[in-house]
Amino acid sequence: MRITQGTFSFLPDLTDEQIAAQVQYALDNDWPISIEFTDDPHPRNAYWEMYGLPMFDLKDAAAVMDDVRRAVAEHPNEYVKVNAYDARRGRQTTALSFIVGRPPIEPGFRLERTTDKDRQIKYTIHPYAADKPHGERYK
Amino acid sequence: MESPVPVPVPPNLDLSEAYRASNVGAVLDKLDRELVGLEPVKTRIRQIAHLLLIDKLRTSVGLATEPPPLHMSFTGRPGTGKTTVAMRMAEVLHRLGYIRKGHLVVATRDDLVGQYIGHTAPKTREVLKRAMGGVLFVDEAYYLYKPENERDYGGEAIEILLQVMENQREDLVVIFAGYKDRMDTFFASNPGLSSRVANHIDFPDYSDEELLAIAQLMLAQLNYEFTPEARAAFEEYIERRKQQPHFANARSVRNAIDRARLRQATRLFERGGTVTPAELKALEESDFRQSRVFTETAAE
Repeated sequence: MRITQGTFSFLPDLTDEQIAAQVQYALDNDWPISIEFTDDPHPRNAYWEMYGLPMFDLKDAAAVMDDVRRAVAEHPNEYVKVNAYDARRGRQTTALSFIVGRPPIEPGFRLERTTDKDRQIKYTIHPYAADKPHGERYK
Repeated sequence: MESPVPVPVPPNLDLSEAYRASNVGAVLDKLDRELVGLEPVKTRIRQIAHLLLIDKLRTSVGLATEPPPLHMSFTGRPGTGKTTVAMRMAEVLHRLGYIRKGHLVVATRDDLVGQYIGHTAPKTREVLKRAMGGVLFVDEAYYLYKPENERDYGGEAIEILLQVMENQREDLVVIFAGYKDRMDTFFASNPGLSSRVANHIDFPDYSDEELLAIAQLMLAQLNYEFTPEARAAFEEYIERRKQQPHFANARSVRNAIDRARLRQATRLFERGGTVTPAELKALEESDFRQSRVFTETAAE
């Protein structure tokens, strides 16, 4: 099951040129770029690991693309995303975030039902990948 | 039988039209207007601009061209305008489409070389990243290479620079700058580097008249004026200052003017009363005569 998180997630995977164009758009808006990766695909997982430091004071996407390619190559079995942070007062949040690398096989999620009081059913989702310990998923 | 396919004849290209469209003329004119003297430098920049424009046109009609080598070395004594010209050069390259952004990142040894093992590569990469799409100006480049210390990390920085200069030629242009003689030894001991730097431009020292013209230009920009006596005093100042150590051409002129402005302000204040706009504008002889350059030689 293909994970859809962040911007452009319903589009086919972006090519390098398309990623570069998006990154350039972010840089033109003065949004510093950072790269993050994880092997926990749960949609509520907000704590991805940083790939290097956030990149400030850049003008051109070529500088970021180097790191994007390296991050994807170094983490072939994990999700890699590019974030652009808008530091302007009043916004101060991630302005753009999209996945640039994903594992070759994505097993998806299982639906879990638990019985609550009065036989109410509570639902939750659980990624199959998370059954294995961190570092051994998607292999 | 197949009839031979007619080969389309490319239309003639209008050179002056292409020149206008690139807007590079405006930058070159600005260079002419704002920089006094430096004729050989201006000629070289013009030549490079023309070559780049012709190369563009050749590519547009399908005449195969290697991308022209753009890395440069600017040599000359301090204050001869290397950084300013580098800034204009970045603009020229940007207008002609050889770099995407046209900004200038100035770096010295401190920005590139780390202090312990493994510190240099990320540091150099960081600077290179910031310079992507523009021009990286490595000031006093010879400090990168210290042959007397074999554990120096400068060599590592040079190696990374070389790698990027070679592999990402369309992403950034590197300009090395410094004193002529020391740059020559630097290039001689780093043959890999010198073979990748195609354009060597030497910045001559300014003559006395040129320095005076520079001073006039600076004053005009700041809305000040010499009185005729002050002008004469300043000419004498330049002559004397040149004999002293650490003379830095246009930079020394700027410093002299800044100090004269200080003295003018003090003079007006100590006098008190009312001042006319003309007095606010005028730099007088005494503003220059008080300088260390005059007083010290007089004391000897």
